[in-house]
Amino acid sequence: MPSVMLPKRFLSVKLLRKVKSFSTSANVMPKKKPKWRSVVGLEIHAQLNTKSKLFSGASTNFGSLVNDNVSLFDAATPGTLPVLNKKCVEQGVLTALALNCQVNNVSYFDRKHYFYADLPAGYQITQQRRPLAENGFLEFQVFAPAKKRFYYKTSRLKQIQLEQDSGKSLHDDNLKRSLIDLNRAGVPLMELVFEPDLSDGEEAASLVKELCLILTRLRTCSCRMEEGALRVDANISVHREGEPLGVRTEVKNLGSVRGVANSIDYEINRQIQELEGGRIIENETRGWDAVSSQTVPMRDKEVKLDYRFMPEPNLPPLRIDLSSSESDLICVEKLYSSLPELPSETRNRLKETYGLSPEMVNNLVNEDQLLSMFTEVLEAKTSRDPKIIAKILTIELMTLVNKELTSLSDVKWNPKILGEIIDFLQEDKINLTTAQFLLQEIANNNPNSPGEIVSKLGLAQISDSAALQELCSQIIKDNPKMVQQYRSGKTKLLSALLGVVAQKSGNRANMKQATQIMKDLLSS
Amino acid sequence: MSHNKVVLASLQRACLIKELNAFISIAQPQDLSPSRSTDRLNGFTVAIKDNFCTTDFKTTCASQMLADYNPGYDASIVEKLRKEGAILFGKTNLDEFAMGSGTVDSLHGPTKNIWGSPLHYTIGGKERKSKPSWRIAGGSSGGSAVAVASGTCRIGIGSDTGGSTRNPASYCGVVGFKPTYSSVSRHGLIPLVNSMDVPGIITRTVDDAVLTYNVISGHDPKDSTTVEVSPVKLDDKFNLNKIKVGIPREYHCEGLSQEVLEVWKSIARILQEAGAKVSQMSMPHTSSSIACYSVLNQCEVASNMARYDGLRYGHRSSQCKSTHDLYASSRSEGLGLVVRGRILAGNFFLLQRNYSKYFEKAMKVRRLICEDFKRAWDEFDILLTPTTLSGAPELRQFAGLDNREQCVMNDYCTQPANMSGCPAISIPVALNKNELPLSLQLMSKNYDEETLLSVARIIEKYVSFPSIELVDT
Repeated sequence: MPSVMLPKRFLSVKLLRKVKSFSTSANVMPKKKPKWRSVVGLEIHAQLNTKSKLFSGASTNFGSLVNDNVSLFDAATPGTLPVLNKKCVEQGVLTALALNCQVNNVSYFDRKHYFYADLPAGYQITQQRRPLAENGFLEFQVFAPAKKRFYYKTSRLKQIQLEQDSGKSLHDDNLKRSLIDLNRAGVPLMELVFEPDLSDGEEAASLVKELCLILTRLRTCSCRMEEGALRVDANISVHREGEPLGVRTEVKNLGSVRGVANSIDYEINRQIQELEGGRIIENETRGWDAVSSQTVPMRDKEVKLDYRFMPEPNLPPLRIDLSSSESDLICVEKLYSSLPELPSETRNRLKETYGLSPEMVNNLVNEDQLLSMFTEVLEAKTSRDPKIIAKILTIELMTLVNKELTSLSDVKWNPKILGEIIDFLQEDKINLTTAQFLLQEIANNNPNSPGEIVSKLGLAQISDSAALQELCSQIIKDNPKMVQQYRSGKTKLLSALLGVVAQKSGNRANMKQATQIMKDLLSS
Repeated sequence: MSHNKVVLASLQRACLIKELNAFISIAQPQDLSPSRSTDRLNGFTVAIKDNFCTTDFKTTCASQMLADYNPGYDASIVEKLRKEGAILFGKTNLDEFAMGSGTVDSLHGPTKNIWGSPLHYTIGGKERKSKPSWRIAGGSSGGSAVAVASGTCRIGIGSDTGGSTRNPASYCGVVGFKPTYSSVSRHGLIPLVNSMDVPGIITRTVDDAVLTYNVISGHDPKDSTTVEVSPVKLDDKFNLNKIKVGIPREYHCEGLSQEVLEVWKSIARILQEAGAKVSQMSMPHTSSSIACYSVLNQCEVASNMARYDGLRYGHRSSQCKSTHDLYASSRSEGLGLVVRGRILAGNFFLLQRNYSKYFEKAMKVRRLICEDFKRAWDEFDILLTPTTLSGAPELRQFAGLDNREQCVMNDYCTQPANMSGCPAISIPVALNKNELPLSLQLMSKNYDEETLLSVARIIEKYVSFPSIELVDT
């Protein structure tokens, strides 16, 4: 991509110079500066989904008592040594494969030194010289609000490395003391370093969302950002089109998708404001204050740290089997064949096999439980219309979920109940309004099956054309005013009249048929 | 001897050598549980260098930093020794964090050699003739060497990073064996240089060294650098007919004493006469080993010592205006000058701008040294060299040198084996005119402990080095 971009950029620089020299010499035209461009790159720390830590047997359980998940090694007890957790390597490789990376057959661990109270050994074990995997990419959809449509974007993934998390410091300002919790110390992380291929907060948020879908699908990370299982650092800079990249700042430790989008957009604007005000951007680390909705400088910016990297002497090189030889090494080929269907593949399948709309596809893929409901309902009876299933799930059921009237994990939403409602709808036995009503009833713990509710409350749809004809004629008779207005050109009133049909029929009329009958009657 | 008698005898000896300052902690008799007669080390008393973690004793590394430290676990080799019935008799003195070669830089004061000391002892059953003077025990495992030399313990456990087991063994007239790197677990050994540290074995005889090695060696899941090794079996019929012995020219270095040179020559001749093919050869990068070691040592020291911040364990200063202030004062109060000097140098070498100039270059030199060894093993089974350059120096004279000078003098012959990882053993071969032990070193190909120890035993038998016995007056 950059090689294609280059000539264009070059051209614009030339143009810019021309304009500049013209305007200064003539001194007539106001200087028109080229547009601002923003450049964003993400570094994402994802906690691997293992029971024990990267180099020790201590538990990774979230929410354990303070300092409960701490082995001798995690507390940097002298004489203890790191022992690599095989599961972490397998999950790292699996992730690398899903993100189109090249897995290195040999990678190394290094020590990165800095003094911090929650870093017990005084160094973090990471992979600096040669990471687990390199040169991947991630394609994702971005919703452009201005154009109200999706577009595709790709970010290159520079590398994936395995490393330890640090502990947590709690500062008590009143008592003037700090407390340390080492439960997180040594928890396995993979750091995914993306190239600066993004241009704004929305793209960054979309990347994070897609990554979460993939990692959740792979079960290599829970992606529970609220538990700190996935944290995002964003490198941000702005420059004028055609000019070299600007000085970047790093916004660290973003813990929510919205935080990613908002902080990046805030930081882009802040940098533009600063530069337009004639000030400069400092290369610094900032944090996101969600309460005041702004990025703020972090306190430890005074010295640039020299991490004094050194090979970790207690861990032999990590060797991975790239072909399928008969060794006891971790085998890439075996892991590759165990890859599940990835979200992008699911989207394609849903679109191409069932002809679902992009919105429905996204809604299904974004919600794992919804997708499995869709699959189960369809597999239970293949004659069911996938579009009706998708509509009931992504729109009608989700409306109730979003109103917090029910939850997707509720056992009520089993394929049998959902299938029954969908069948009624597909067979024209009920209309959409009734379907909505049934969902509501079940959400409200109505113990009856949809069929029983329909028959008990007499909700079956009226599709008998004679009956509908009679109902419509009656309504025309009862509303002469509206009818007259309609006939004199106010065709909008048709929906008002149909509303009366729905109401009079107790929401049972087959509205498709009723619409046609009403139209016919009105125009006769 | 019954278990109790053994312990009692050891306690008596420990009392006799109190002045030598070999022990930091000694077990109470009631804490020593009897072993089963089937155990391989049944009744063997063991002195453990105080940089191996133990649950029975505090583990101080002879440093203010860990003066009252109880690590709460046993090092893997301590577990193995215990399981085979060994009596964990006590913890022995060392240079602070094993950084030294004299056992003089210790929180607990220097350890003194039994040889030449004013203590009452006999040599080979005869009264000593030489004038008494305090001499260094060598180091950094000086305490364990003295414990074995004095007959207080049957086995001494040391650690060997640049010669720290072989060097004191050489000065104390006992066998000092450094196995191949990766054949003995380092889990629980408080590290000096992770890529070179090996637990070392100090005994009076080669046979005891073999027995101890067979107990403590082998793969340990807690140390990822270890591998499975097969036990060493010494064959009484072993002869030297097929053994090729190399005499590396470069070990004839500046400062080598005439007396050591002479025993070196005489043992070479003896080996040849016994059927071995002995020839001179070259290890061209030997003289670079000390400089290279110095850089790698200090880098790893800087890194390994970063954890001593006084927060979770160890010395904590009462000065604590801020976290960083607390670190600084805890570390400067808790760590000695030598340790702090190495930390400073190591951190300098590891700075991004210096990394390729020092660390990376030292790694390249290390590879050249390893290649010297690889080439040597194509042609030779054994290398025969001095261990130390002379008999034990006087304490007063030695203490006048700085730590670097001490190490340069002492580690020259022992250090290269740690670079290549090969096994090496120091065995006493003669007494000098002052009745001090002189020792030689043998090295063999990595994992070829069997040849190394077989040849060592042949020399041992031939020289029948006189034993030293304390006299209880």
